[in-house]
Amino acid sequence: MSIKRKACVVGAFEHPARKAPDKSVAQLHAESARGALLDAGLTKDDIDGYFCAGDAPGLGPLSMVDYMGLKVRHIDSTDTGGSSYVVHVAHAAEAIALGKCDVALVTLAGRPRSEGSSGTQARNYGAAAPDVAFEFSYGMATANGYAMVAMRHMYEFGTTSEQLAWIKVAASHHAQHNEHAMLRDVVTVEDVLASPMISDPLHRLDCCVVSDGGGAVIVARPEIAKSLNRPVVNILGAGESPKGQNGGKLDITTSGAAWSGPAAFSEAGVKPSDIQYASIYDSFTITVLMQIEDLGFCKKGEGGKFVADGNLISGTGKLPFNTDGGGLCNNHPANRGGMTKVIEAVRQLRGEAHPKVQVKDCHLALAQGTGGQLGSRHGSATVIMERE
Amino acid sequence: MSETVERTIPAPAINPENERYFEAARQGVLLIGKCNACGEYHFYPRTLCPHCFSDNTEWVPAKGSGVIYTYSTMRRGVPAPYTIAYVTLDEGVSMMTNIVDCDTDALKIGDKVSLVFKPAEDGTSVPMFTLESA
Repeated sequence: MSIKRKACVVGAFEHPARKAPDKSVAQLHAESARGALLDAGLTKDDIDGYFCAGDAPGLGPLSMVDYMGLKVRHIDSTDTGGSSYVVHVAHAAEAIALGKCDVALVTLAGRPRSEGSSGTQARNYGAAAPDVAFEFSYGMATANGYAMVAMRHMYEFGTTSEQLAWIKVAASHHAQHNEHAMLRDVVTVEDVLASPMISDPLHRLDCCVVSDGGGAVIVARPEIAKSLNRPVVNILGAGESPKGQNGGKLDITTSGAAWSGPAAFSEAGVKPSDIQYASIYDSFTITVLMQIEDLGFCKKGEGGKFVADGNLISGTGKLPFNTDGGGLCNNHPANRGGMTKVIEAVRQLRGEAHPKVQVKDCHLALAQGTGGQLGSRHGSATVIMERE
Repeated sequence: MSETVERTIPAPAINPENERYFEAARQGVLLIGKCNACGEYHFYPRTLCPHCFSDNTEWVPAKGSGVIYTYSTMRRGVPAPYTIAYVTLDEGVSMMTNIVDCDTDALKIGDKVSLVFKPAEDGTSVPMFTLESA
């Protein structure tokens, strides 16, 4: 059994807030859900499945279903960090294919900017996490974990800081057209290299923004999608993969995308060269480079050459990516960027991206999420979608 | 050369499964997991082998030397710069650690390092590494 063309993304909404000290997290979830319903042309009572992850407050789906007054017959609170929402789209398609629900709502929201979150703070996942005793004392934050991946990638493959910088340059070219983006100035490779070193070899401009906000998507049965007055976006295939330290036999220059990607391509029946637009999780520039390699857009180790010279810029490059500006320039709500990856891919397929970055006749797109910590244990999720 | 500024080392979260690791550390010994069923080492050590899931495991002393697998010095947003790393031990498994007591600006992947212990804020000994030549 496959999810291919068994479900469609019918609603997508990105919350415009980038700093929301005057809103609650639950409110941001609900406002995002309402936006997605309005986008789809559905009402709250149409929803019979609800999906959320660790950013949902309280008891997750229990708190949020009650807060929003939903009546659902299917819930899923799979949490794989920032990749959760890409997983949720796939799980929603599975649930719909199995008849467990007809209209699934996925929400994300958070306020890390208002709450003073920073990628240089050591992350503590709680004393019961089995790895914490062996890692927390060493100051594993977000930035230095990804930096260790970049350092090793440079060692193994000769990747350079200039090549990584091209990823930010491309994102900034897209963000200039997004009125909601936090960073709208077009930057150069030199600008990235001149920004302060945060954790070697990652500069400040190699890092994503910290933002409040949220987003939501609605996945529905194809018959429902066809009844709505919107372009039909079919889900073709998906893959998900956790990757860790393998009992100490480290291999940190390969991400979980090396498994989630082929699974998604196989189910969709397409290959990387068929993809016209890709949303690639961009917590850091190295995150993008690793996933591009592991998804098969280029050979392993050749990501540096692939991303250089504007190859990710819409209109000029071979693989237009993150045309909203992505996490590197636009937003990174709740420190979890998987939702916005799905949303921009849906915009591209509908022809609703900004005209300056819209991929011409975009009918096949990919959304790729990474969650957790690339340098220790992370989730990877890939979804491939088409415009019917 | 950047000076290695002392940073406060957060205390590890000790539980019934891992407490012998930190007891050994207090005696200056780094324990790693070894499986008597499949013969493989693992890190961090645990009761069931993560390779073959046998319960016939023991926690054995590591020699305490290895090479830097990767590293990064955090320079911004922290009270004092510090260097996080993965070190591949001679036994073949890699562990997260800090590189201390040396010129961390001169580090390279592949550099030989040896075991030292540093006290966490609660006095628990935490295994770290320094350049072998230092």
